[in-house]
Amino acid sequence: MKLYQFVIVSVLLFSGVVATAGPQEPPKRLGPGSLYAELKMAPEKYRAKINPLAQDADAVAAGGVLFEEHCEECHGREAMGGKKAPNLRAEEVQNAAPGAIFWILTNGVVRKKMPVWSKLPEPERWQLVSYIKSLGTDAAESKAAGKP
Amino acid sequence: MRTIPPNSLLLFVLRLAALVSGSLNLLASPPASHSQENPYIVAYDHNLEEPGSLEVEYFSTFGTQRGGPDFHAYWAEFEYGATAWWTTELYLAGQTTFGESTLFTGYRWENRFRPLKNEHLINPVLYAEFENTNAADKILKEVEGHDVEADYAVPNALARQERTREMEFKLILSSNYKGWNFTENTIATKNLSNEPWEFGYAMGVGRPLAMKGAAHRCNLCRQHFVAGVELYGGLGDRYSFGLRDTSHYLGAGLAWNLPSGWTFRIEPTFGLNDNSHQFLLRWGASREFSGFGSMVGGLFKGRQE
Repeated sequence: MKLYQFVIVSVLLFSGVVATAGPQEPPKRLGPGSLYAELKMAPEKYRAKINPLAQDADAVAAGGVLFEEHCEECHGREAMGGKKAPNLRAEEVQNAAPGAIFWILTNGVVRKKMPVWSKLPEPERWQLVSYIKSLGTDAAESKAAGKP
Repeated sequence: MRTIPPNSLLLFVLRLAALVSGSLNLLASPPASHSQENPYIVAYDHNLEEPGSLEVEYFSTFGTQRGGPDFHAYWAEFEYGATAWWTTELYLAGQTTFGESTLFTGYRWENRFRPLKNEHLINPVLYAEFENTNAADKILKEVEGHDVEADYAVPNALARQERTREMEFKLILSSNYKGWNFTENTIATKNLSNEPWEFGYAMGVGRPLAMKGAAHRCNLCRQHFVAGVELYGGLGDRYSFGLRDTSHYLGAGLAWNLPSGWTFRIEPTFGLNDNSHQFLLRWGASREFSGFGSMVGGLFKGRQE
């Protein structure tokens, strides 16, 4: 292998990293292009699904561990979102059907950088849904804390 | 509007230093997310790298060789999730043939694209790779055409003189169903010199040892282990398609995905006919670094005004 070929490949790869990454726009909250709007695109078949682990006492705790391992990087430790990913305590998420959240986890939103999590077995995805739904909304938290 | 500093050389040096220091920080601190990898070493599934994540991987293959000395081949992979639908990867490979020599055998640059937006029963991924190696390459990352064990008995001193530049294409069809992963790869390779198209296949089945996550953080919980089997081999070339004069392998693998971002794999593999190496032992370690793209982009793109 000639050195210049290696250098060309390295430069191409590195420029690809720079071109595809970097400072990002915060995700849009509303409108047809928003990540929250994707929840509404979940097929009825998925929306109608009932979380089979809804009564499982360990599901929320296990979902919390999975969230820490897979989701926290983008959605934040408190799931309040950030530059890369939306707030999961938003009403749009908390009011969504568990099946719709499961559908997003299964399919991702690949054009908007939300990865596909179908590689996690179904029970783990439902554990994540249990955890996300247990977070409650920002508004509910403010009310409980006596904030206006 | 982007600002361009006047003393750009100094800034470039500072940024380079920051990049090196940032990389060291990434190495020193645990990444916030980890991947759930299947145990395959040859077959690909449809799960791409998470966007912005860099996975650094090291793999080894120890192989027995009839008619020549055994060998240990190894390669490093740098796998980057450019987007959620595009993963790009650079390989650097080398090998040691016992009693002969150790040498660098070349590089590969591969790209995988996920054309469909949603998850389906069967999920296609398109794969394109440029390969620039010499004939001493023994990593057996794929088996194609009429690759047979005798090809690997050529002494390093001779084999290294033959340069191979190839384009390799794969159609990856993969399914995740009830915790199982099933994948099938169809391989077509074209040597850029005037040689015919060569074909091969790889398929795999894998499953985590537990379907549910544990309610506490742990390293040895069963859900972190994924067991699987993979089968791969050559299918001849354009002029002699089929199983004649081809080699085939069956491997049983285990992957251990640690919450810290490390994955360890081991796969004993057995040759299935007289054209195959009788035994290969493959193993590897990889670590995923989340946020690598943001870190690099932040360094080089400057502030937005």
